[in-house]
Amino acid sequence: MADRIKLQVARYRPEREAEATFDEYEVPCPKDWVVLDGLNHVKDRIDGTLAYRWSCRMGVCGSCGMMVNGEPKLTCATFLADYAPGPIRVEPLRNFPVVRDLIVDIGDFMRKLVTVRPWIVREEEKPLSAGEYLQTPEQMDDYKQYSMCINCMLCYAACPVYGLDPLFIGPAAIALAQRYNLDSRDEGAAERHRVLSEHEGIWGCTFVGECTRVCPKHVDPAGAIQRYKLTAAVETVKAFFMPRGA
Amino acid sequence: MVRQHSEPYLWLLFSAGGVLSAMLMPSLLLLFGIAFPLGWVRPPTHERMLAVLANPLTRLVFLGLCVLSLVHWAHRFRHTLHDGLRLAHPMITALCYGAAVAGSALAAYLLWQVA
Repeated sequence: MADRIKLQVARYRPEREAEATFDEYEVPCPKDWVVLDGLNHVKDRIDGTLAYRWSCRMGVCGSCGMMVNGEPKLTCATFLADYAPGPIRVEPLRNFPVVRDLIVDIGDFMRKLVTVRPWIVREEEKPLSAGEYLQTPEQMDDYKQYSMCINCMLCYAACPVYGLDPLFIGPAAIALAQRYNLDSRDEGAAERHRVLSEHEGIWGCTFVGECTRVCPKHVDPAGAIQRYKLTAAVETVKAFFMPRGA
Repeated sequence: MVRQHSEPYLWLLFSAGGVLSAMLMPSLLLLFGIAFPLGWVRPPTHERMLAVLANPLTRLVFLGLCVLSLVHWAHRFRHTLHDGLRLAHPMITALCYGAAVAGSALAAYLLWQVA
């Protein structure tokens, strides 16, 4: 196996250039190095001006998502050796405005995320003295898969619908809404329904399924969306036949 | 009060078409396309099939299967072109759903004729 590999890294410095260009760097390629190690090598040893996000380097923080050879990947979990002999093209996440080099503006996702209220909503909080909100392991299993989302936004980079219609609320926001809708302690489903049942909510999704394919935490956002479509469709039919509520 | 959209109803049609075509089409194709012609299974007689089709309920089920499967195809094909190949044109939409309507009409005509 080659002991070095070439990285073609997208560079965009708005004060210098109007469009992104590519710089090529040769980095070591031991079998335990991931793409993020390669970028850190570039930053530390070759070009300190390279800008990118990362934090935990262990697939938990969700900040090092980038396009690797055109696929959205967590660069901390993508091994250089798997792309030998290279070169490997590293670009910022697709479908987001680029701030600089490999850094994208995640403001759109953050604004959308809060609209689905991704936290436990209670109509009335119990007093502390009443104790915990208890939950059985079976009740936890209902939502646990969706709670694995780390907000890495790979699903947004993979989603062609989000690419075509930036108003679409997107896979992770819907999966996280479902994470709380399916939580036995939560009472916020009706509030979330108002947001999710709009065209920009679940109905924008045409079930391409790329979100689930690229998800590094196996959350299955496409499944969450289809499940919620059935819930929303049943609610709509019920509202049509019983406009004043059941 | 939730605002009424047409999308949930269209999605229910699309979804029902997907479920029905995934559940029934493979077995129908296996039986009538492979198993009967190759003699793996003894086919029912022509008279028996006609008698089954003479029942309005059978014809209704077959019509539902054809219509919903075609609606599913039209929607999926249109969105494959739109999302996958980035081809968006009112003509594509009209042709996809138009083909589904034409196919449904043809299915209705044939089912009407046969019995």
